[in-house]
Amino acid sequence: MKRKHKRLTFVAIAGVLIAIAAALVLTAFDENIVFFRTPTDIVQNKVKEDQRIRLGGLVEEESVEQGTDGVVNFRVTDTANTVPVYFQGILPDLFREGQGVVAEGKLMNGVFVADEVLAKHDENYMPPEVADAIKDAGQWKGEGQDMNQDNGESSL
Amino acid sequence: MNTISSFLDMGGYAAFVWPSFGLSAVLLIGIFVISVRTLKANHATLDALNNEAERASPSEGPAQGET
Amino acid sequence: MAMIERFANPNRFLTLTRPLVPWLGGLTLLSLGAGLYLGLFQAPADYQQGESVRIMYVHVPAAWMAMFCYTSMAISAAVGLIWKHPLADVAGKATAPVGAVFTFLALATGSLWGKPMWGTWWVWDARLTSMLILFFLYIGYMALSNAFDNPQRGAKAAAILALVGFINVPIIKFSVDWWNTLHQPASVIRMDGPSIHPSMLWPLLLMAIGYTLFYLWVLIIRMDADVTAGKIRALRQRRVHG
Repeated sequence: MKRKHKRLTFVAIAGVLIAIAAALVLTAFDENIVFFRTPTDIVQNKVKEDQRIRLGGLVEEESVEQGTDGVVNFRVTDTANTVPVYFQGILPDLFREGQGVVAEGKLMNGVFVADEVLAKHDENYMPPEVADAIKDAGQWKGEGQDMNQDNGESSL
Repeated sequence: MNTISSFLDMGGYAAFVWPSFGLSAVLLIGIFVISVRTLKANHATLDALNNEAERASPSEGPAQGET
Repeated sequence: MAMIERFANPNRFLTLTRPLVPWLGGLTLLSLGAGLYLGLFQAPADYQQGESVRIMYVHVPAAWMAMFCYTSMAISAAVGLIWKHPLADVAGKATAPVGAVFTFLALATGSLWGKPMWGTWWVWDARLTSMLILFFLYIGYMALSNAFDNPQRGAKAAAILALVGFINVPIIKFSVDWWNTLHQPASVIRMDGPSIHPSMLWPLLLMAIGYTLFYLWVLIIRMDADVTAGKIRALRQRRVHG
């Protein structure tokens, strides 16, 4: 019975130590674990020009301009700030105005030049008729709703 | 016919939807079959060992090294 | 504790659980059949993702089971290390390959879902990376438990790895809340209730129940096989040395 208690205490203490170590490591690498930066980060000059980053946010409504040869210009917003994006290439199926997007590239003269664009979707799943009904009823809050409800830009 | 082919087409995502379901089925059935086979083989080995023990005296039993 | 003591004897455990096997098998097939029927034929396409959303019905239960199996493996490891329960190591060893399969399925079906929707097979975001680490933890557990000539030493080393690695499970769960990730936040297990329409939630839950029953079904079969293997080992040793 004594040995059993000793082992239990040992496992419990080891568990607490591992949890603390993991928390420290994750906090130290916080910047690297973040998959993308927000337009606010860019506007506040937290990102240097020519630094390769991922920019995440929502594709601003009515901002997408399709050019020739797969060139597309759009603006990415986190509802507080907005950054113009230039991209040439194939867009994912989910890319559309009002939806989440993550673009990878560099900031050049105030324009984010992306060489890869990924679509990010939200956690809402529903049939199209239900989505239409919610929109008709004026209850639609779009993706922005989760952004305001939860913890700021991190839950885009 | 038309409904079947449109069902199989999965709105153009057939190349992603069906491999997902297929791979899941193959791997789950696979681990199930392996588990049942191991169980049956082990039960057969144990029965054989017990039968041997009944016939021969334990000290003369063959030493089988493999696991 | 009395409950654990009653199951402590492997023979008693087997006589109690063997009759459950056909029932678990039947219930597994029933819920998976219902889940597949609802998921493939009755559930609607998603307003954004179209028909590709059906991958959810095999992806999400696999990901849940990957974490559930690891959790039960870690609990078995703790019980084995602290109380030296004879069946704990057996349960952990029986769970690991099943958990590894679920984790691999979550990664593979997620990749097949990510390509058309996100535009990429893989990204190194916190959710996907921590899930890959979970897969390696399963592989490490299986390798360690077979790495020693003495099975008890192998079980002990593997149990320590399972306990240390358990820290990864909450990291997987909360990765989408703690950091910016490409993967979306939780849809079902969340504070303010599911954000999935009921017509899609029901097939998902049926599939999840089916996957859980499948795990229990295979678990009992694998534990039976392992206990039998232990008896074979003991008989042969007695014969060599006796």
